[in-house]
Amino acid sequence: MNAVQLLLFYILALVCTASAVMVIASRNPVHSVLYLILAFFNAAGLFVLIGAEFLAMVLVVVYVGAVAVLFLFVVMMLDINFVEMREGFLQYLPVGALVGIILLVELMLVGGSWALADRTEVAAAPATVVMVEPAAPVAVPPEGGETAVVARRVRAEEVTNTQMLGAVLYTEYFYLFQAAGAILLVAIVGAITLTLRERPATKRQDIGRQVRRRPFESVELRKVKPRAGI
Amino acid sequence: MAEIWALVVIVFYILVLVVPLLLGVAYLTYAERKVLGAMQLRQGPMTVGPYGLLQPIADGLKLFMKETVVPSGSNKFVFVLAPMLTFILALIGWAVIPFGPGLVLADINVGVLYLLAVSSLGVYGIIMAGWASNSRYAFLGALRSSAQMVSYEISIGLIIINVLLTAGSLNLTTIVESQRGLWYFIPHFPMFVIFFVSVLAETNRHPFDLPEDEATLVTGFNVEYSSMGFALFFLGEYANMILMSAICSVLFLGGWLPPFGIVPFTWIPGPIWLILKICFFLFAFIWARATLPRYRYDQLMRLGWKVFLPLSLFWVVLTAGVLVAFDLVPR
Repeated sequence: MNAVQLLLFYILALVCTASAVMVIASRNPVHSVLYLILAFFNAAGLFVLIGAEFLAMVLVVVYVGAVAVLFLFVVMMLDINFVEMREGFLQYLPVGALVGIILLVELMLVGGSWALADRTEVAAAPATVVMVEPAAPVAVPPEGGETAVVARRVRAEEVTNTQMLGAVLYTEYFYLFQAAGAILLVAIVGAITLTLRERPATKRQDIGRQVRRRPFESVELRKVKPRAGI
Repeated sequence: MAEIWALVVIVFYILVLVVPLLLGVAYLTYAERKVLGAMQLRQGPMTVGPYGLLQPIADGLKLFMKETVVPSGSNKFVFVLAPMLTFILALIGWAVIPFGPGLVLADINVGVLYLLAVSSLGVYGIIMAGWASNSRYAFLGALRSSAQMVSYEISIGLIIINVLLTAGSLNLTTIVESQRGLWYFIPHFPMFVIFFVSVLAETNRHPFDLPEDEATLVTGFNVEYSSMGFALFFLGEYANMILMSAICSVLFLGGWLPPFGIVPFTWIPGPIWLILKICFFLFAFIWARATLPRYRYDQLMRLGWKVFLPLSLFWVVLTAGVLVAFDLVPR
């Protein structure tokens, strides 16, 4: 990591953390969402720095481009009375603090186990990824013991992480991927069923009916006698 | 020292890209007025300079001299930020557009996704402007616009997946190279048409310009903007049109490739071909504006969700099926 990358990392990480703090600190909920978007954006920048460009772009497309827009939509249209909200604030403090402490402990456990883990194992683990798709030319390793490490280094240079991710996602984790898809589908169907109501009063445009209509069904020509009316 | 030098070179490249682009935006407004004029049997701008050629510059100067009005009930910071965001987003997409083999500012692996990300961010400029103005018309325009852009992005994404499947890469240079011999608008013709229509909706252009519907919303999200704020929105919209035309050309019309790889066509350099293709799409944008009446909002949503989405989803399955069945999957 050279000086420019290091500088970029500190800028992105600093802005990301600061905007994450502002999400909970700012008084205006719309500002909170805008800070959240800034945090997502900087997280995407961090992904680019570690070479995970696919994840970075997907983070921007999905979270910033779609999810946060809907957040913003809802928050802008809500009519929130801030004074009222602040009154009952303290009664949620114990629950909030508990959740916060649990999250903190979990993060510390994960971070601690990662920091203490044996690095040689971590380096060798993605070698299984290489086995999935042996299409790319892999340099012949000099010794049997170093196969995994050498193969992985060569692959990382020659295969984009989009291909890498696809090769793993659609083979090893295929069932989990399908299950995630099914869960999302159920969520969509559920959300639609909850909000869909039959409103008999509203007039809907039925394009098929409009197209099928013929002139003789709706227009009638009558011969009107003078001074007689219809 | 070497890093500083690299930075200077990059800034120089950016200027080489952005300055002609801004000039192009200025003359796109001129072209639009001239073409509309010709289609409506009028002259268009004709008094400022020969053939009215200095009209865009006069317009720019006029906007520059106007007073900037910030409404007193507005959210000042967001109000000022919104037009800047729109303008910047319309420019940064150009970083990955290839003008020829190697003629690209950033030849990244995920070029298509980058463009999709940039275009999905475009909605923020509009929604922030609408909300910060603290005005009903502006807010309604912003809501319409964001719903519209989010809806049509889905079909755009699915159509792009077709191109990616056929090209086997997310890199724009590779996508163009893989079109040598057969431009993708031939095998993917229905998708090409849907893509162009979705782009019209995505850029809020006629016949889908409901966010700035004069008849019902005055001018929608930018009612409260004057002077440079308005100018930035205006430039952003037109720069976005050019960017989207470039994306269409790269994905479907073979980017910088000449139509036939034989002598009189190969004499013309690649960037000129790309610019010609962009001009073709821009003409189609203006042509649609002159020809088609505005859609009704519910019909717009119906078109996006009930027609384009199923059709493009079907086409993805078809493309994948054909590629696998005939063993055409790119390696």
